Amino acid sequence: MKNYLYMLALALPAEIMADWEVNMPRGVTPTSEIAYDIHMLMFWITVVIGILVFGVMIYSIIYHRKSVGHQPAKFHESTKVEIIWTVIPFLILVVCAVPATKALIMMEDTSDAGITLKVTGYQWMWEYEYLEDGVNFFSKIDNESNRARRLNSGQNVNNVDNYLRNVDNVVVLPTDTKVRVLLTASDVIHAWWVPELGGKKDAIPGYVNELWINIKKPGVYRGACAELCGKDHGFMPIVVRAVPKMEYEKWVTLQKDNRVAETKGN
Amino acid sequence: MSANIHDIHDQHHHTPSGLMRWITTTNHKDIGSLYLWFSLVMFFIGGFMALIIRAELFEPGLQLVIPGFFNQMTTMHALIMIFGAVMPAFVGLANWQIPIMIGAPDMALPRLNNWSFWILPFAFTMLLSTLFFDSGGPAAGWTLYPPLSLQGGNSMPFVILSIHLLGISSILGAINVIATILNMRAPGMTLMKMPIFIWTWLITAFLLIAAMPVLAGAITMLLTDRFFGTSFFTASGGGDPVMFQHIFWFFGHPEVYILILPAFGIVSTIIPAFSRKKLFGYDSMVYATASIALLSFIVWAHHMFTVGMPLAGEIFFMLTTMLIAVPTGVKVFNWVATMWKGSMTFETPMLFALAFIILFTIGGFSGLMLAMTPADFQYHDTYFVVAHFHYVLVPGAVFAIIAAVYYWLPKWTGKMYSESLGKLHFWLTTVFVNVTFFPMHFVGLAGMPRRIPDYPVQFADFNAIASVGAFGFGLSQILFVYILYNTLKKDVTADDKVWDGAEGLEWTLSSPPPYHSFEKAPRVE
Ligand SMILES: [Cu+2]
Repeated sequence: MKNYLYMLALALPAEIMADWEVNMPRGVTPTSEIAYDIHMLMFWITVVIGILVFGVMIYSIIYHRKSVGHQPAKFHESTKVEIIWTVIPFLILVVCAVPATKALIMMEDTSDAGITLKVTGYQWMWEYEYLEDGVNFFSKIDNESNRARRLNSGQNVNNVDNYLRNVDNVVVLPTDTKVRVLLTASDVIHAWWVPELGGKKDAIPGYVNELWINIKKPGVYRGACAELCGKDHGFMPIVVRAVPKMEYEKWVTLQKDNRVAETKGN
Repeated sequence: MSANIHDIHDQHHHTPSGLMRWITTTNHKDIGSLYLWFSLVMFFIGGFMALIIRAELFEPGLQLVIPGFFNQMTTMHALIMIFGAVMPAFVGLANWQIPIMIGAPDMALPRLNNWSFWILPFAFTMLLSTLFFDSGGPAAGWTLYPPLSLQGGNSMPFVILSIHLLGISSILGAINVIATILNMRAPGMTLMKMPIFIWTWLITAFLLIAAMPVLAGAITMLLTDRFFGTSFFTASGGGDPVMFQHIFWFFGHPEVYILILPAFGIVSTIIPAFSRKKLFGYDSMVYATASIALLSFIVWAHHMFTVGMPLAGEIFFMLTTMLIAVPTGVKVFNWVATMWKGSMTFETPMLFALAFIILFTIGGFSGLMLAMTPADFQYHDTYFVVAHFHYVLVPGAVFAIIAAVYYWLPKWTGKMYSESLGKLHFWLTTVFVNVTFFPMHFVGLAGMPRRIPDYPVQFADFNAIASVGAFGFGLSQILFVYILYNTLKKDVTADDKVWDGAEGLEWTLSSPPPYHSFEKAPRVE
């Protein structure tokens, strides 16, 4: 029943649903695409099982009721049927487990990365270090969102540009490059998550976790901390701008020049 | 023999009256009622906190509370609902039902029974009092993950002590349940002839005994980390914050089944009664319950796929978690087969039980999706998870509790509730529970993290709908209280066998049952 609504929602024209996003984004990386595929596979399997099981149940509710004069049958077990509905779901699960395991092996393979980005979570901002290129900076929520999000700020958050999904310093990454992301934290556990770039991973004090992303399409991708990290957990967004490699190189050079200028200025 | 009966009656008459009756009672029905009333009060307190959460999330921007208080509300809402509402409700049902379903006069350990209840009001008073501390109540989530929970204010030791008390209460209750079921069954009632509700509670009690001490260990280590200079979980002192999560979820996953197995037992009792047909596949129901319980000890890390486990660990926990779908599926299929070719009627308990099957199964579907590690990297810590566990806990566990109350209330009180009001309560509750929790799937998939007091504007529409649903759901429960009040002020008129399709020893007793339920053990063929 509910699954039907779900399907209906998915089938509605995209423009109507623009502000009523109902599904996981397919994203722009191999890992986000595989997560999406597994998600949709499981979704459709559950829809089919749901239609079958609820269908039988609803049929029974309509036709096997006392008010239509149905007499109760006497059966109350059948080893054959019980074995069938133990074995069939098991086989369905095996069919799901194979692609899921393959996907997992692929997602956890961080070898042969082009560049390494180290991300450190703080209460409540992120620090980014480009290990090969020697660039590093902090990134926190932009001032406009930060003002508007105060209790009774009097500001209409609908007028704020990318409310709660905007930062002061954007992470710039090259497209078509395997980026190894190293995650850690300095105080409590955070989780670094940009839905369109694939799954999240926890940034944990004392640990260095790894994930990899390979962005196939230039663009700006927004996310946020996903692990409760204290009072401002809801206010530590992540913004990644993916640009072609050439442009990325220019950005790195610019960052280094700025750094040199800053040091001289001091 | 007659002298003997006289003694028992005497004892009954010497029972203190008024408040002292309830404080000193060792009677399983009194204690069962205390548990159930306590649970109802906690359900409203926890529900009030949920409404504060939903009111703040009605639209983007902060309008009502500051983020720190919001986090206290999410933390307390969970602790109150899990430990204060759902678990005591099941223990209350166990107290009322186990003796009258197995043909015993009372629980095996009546004084212990009194104590395990009376710990609860003190534990929750202490827990709730932390909200009035200057530094506020606990705000690190009910999972109490360090290092965040170690940053908490003065509430922390009080919260830990109250969780210890709740654990003691649960373990004592579980010991009592096991002792009663294993020793006090009527002659002829072999294990495989026990009512299915008794089976599910027996297995739940073993889960409680196995799981609660693990939680106690975890939170004691938190306490010593904070106050006695240890560093079990602090990386800077050589400890491991992830170890806490492993220990916590080694408790936490069995806990999930502690919250649902008795619900399975209730639904497996109600569906046959109103289908006028025996439960399909009794044996496989028992085996399925036992396998779910056993599996629950080897799946814990699916709650923490994102902590960066080794690949082999991720695959292991994904596969074992998927496996749980098999015995759970068997249960759902058995319920549907019980209805198949039955002669169904749709009184209030049956309606709640039917809604349980559909909505719990939807929660099970999202659970199966969450088991898939590659997709879970996206789902984890989003509103999709919030939708999932509320589907299994609210139209799951809570619906089963409400169904059980409607089903056995006429037996307990001898008074029949109003069927039309009961049905109204059912429809309001079922509509609003879906309006509340179904949109959470959508915002979760679209990228809304959980445990946030404010959100980007693209999530506004579904959040507004969920908030409206939550208030509708909450207000509908006032009708439930009215129905209870309305029933209790009636005269005793209910038959001994309230439902024509119901089976079991409890229906051979008068409604309400005598003070010492079965003074003479019945024989079960
Ligand atoms: Cu964070």
